[in-house]
Amino acid sequence: MRENAIDTTEATVAAAYCLQLGDDALIYAQRLGEWITRAPQIEEDMALGNIGLDLLGQARVLLTRAGELDGTGRSEDELAYLRDERQFHNVHLVEQERRDFGFEMARMLWFASYQCELYAGLVTSSDETIAGVAVKAVKEVDYHRDHARQWVLRLGDGTATSHVRMQEALERVAPYVSELFKDDVVSVAAAQAGVGTLPSSLWDKAFGHVSLVVDRATLALPADPTWHSRGGREGVHSRPMGHLLAEMQHIGRSHPGASW
Amino acid sequence: MSTPAVKGDSTERSWPLWEVFVRGKRGLSHVHVGSLHAPDAEMALRNGRDIYTRRQEGVSLWVVRSTDITANSPDERDSFFDPAADKVYRHPTFYDVPEDVEYL
Repeated sequence: MRENAIDTTEATVAAAYCLQLGDDALIYAQRLGEWITRAPQIEEDMALGNIGLDLLGQARVLLTRAGELDGTGRSEDELAYLRDERQFHNVHLVEQERRDFGFEMARMLWFASYQCELYAGLVTSSDETIAGVAVKAVKEVDYHRDHARQWVLRLGDGTATSHVRMQEALERVAPYVSELFKDDVVSVAAAQAGVGTLPSSLWDKAFGHVSLVVDRATLALPADPTWHSRGGREGVHSRPMGHLLAEMQHIGRSHPGASW
Repeated sequence: MSTPAVKGDSTERSWPLWEVFVRGKRGLSHVHVGSLHAPDAEMALRNGRDIYTRRQEGVSLWVVRSTDITANSPDERDSFFDPAADKVYRHPTFYDVPEDVEYL
């Protein structure tokens, strides 16, 4: 049905769109997985692990759909484990190395605020798979955003030390934020086709939420950074990406086709 | 936040213990499922959600500071519970139930 019903251009656009949404989720899931046994408490290991698994679940459906739509028939595993760095289309924010817990909560606050608006918009996507992921993911990312919010409030309005470190974390994350909301070629085409939403249209609400949290946490939103990350959507990544992929992919590449 | 959530030298010991109660479904009571550490009640609820309801075990969650629970001492067990042992008349077993009474 799919092959006949969808115009190839539209299918190609939808495939590329699924791939970049799926890559954001997959790479951030990988980063969050690194927290297991390293979070401040075992309770937090569980929380971050759950959040990472939610994202991995989103990535699996989106990557599978990308493989169906692009005509190559690649599976989710082939897409996750056998692509090289330049073929990943995630933003730089999610590939940055794990730092302190404050950094993770600042990154999560921004990313989940973005995803909340993204999936709210995608519920009406003309692609049924994307719409299906969105319906399920809206509730998941709402919880992720709340988790980050709880911690940013507590750390910002906690002790003098936690306040300073949380503020530093916001500054560190700031250069990576605008890339999430930049209208790239694929998103624009996807929005025109009714498959996706324009990233720039998500900014107002996402920014509104983050600034409310930051304000309540007695923190300050950083001034406009002197540089901004860019290139992720085109497959141009920052230094940590290669190491992340090496760790994520080496088992799959060492044992091609292995299963249990 | 009136109380600092995380102290500068935060360790596992510095977070209070909470007891977690989950209600499996509407109509059932909350049942004690375990305990966890959390800096405050709101985080305890969220940690409870992440640890004890990740397989859809519940529809409602309570958390209570462990120190707020008053329990009897094991030493008092004899005086607390043994006196009930020989009071069979407290069991509702001395009534004849008419056969046509349903749901009893």
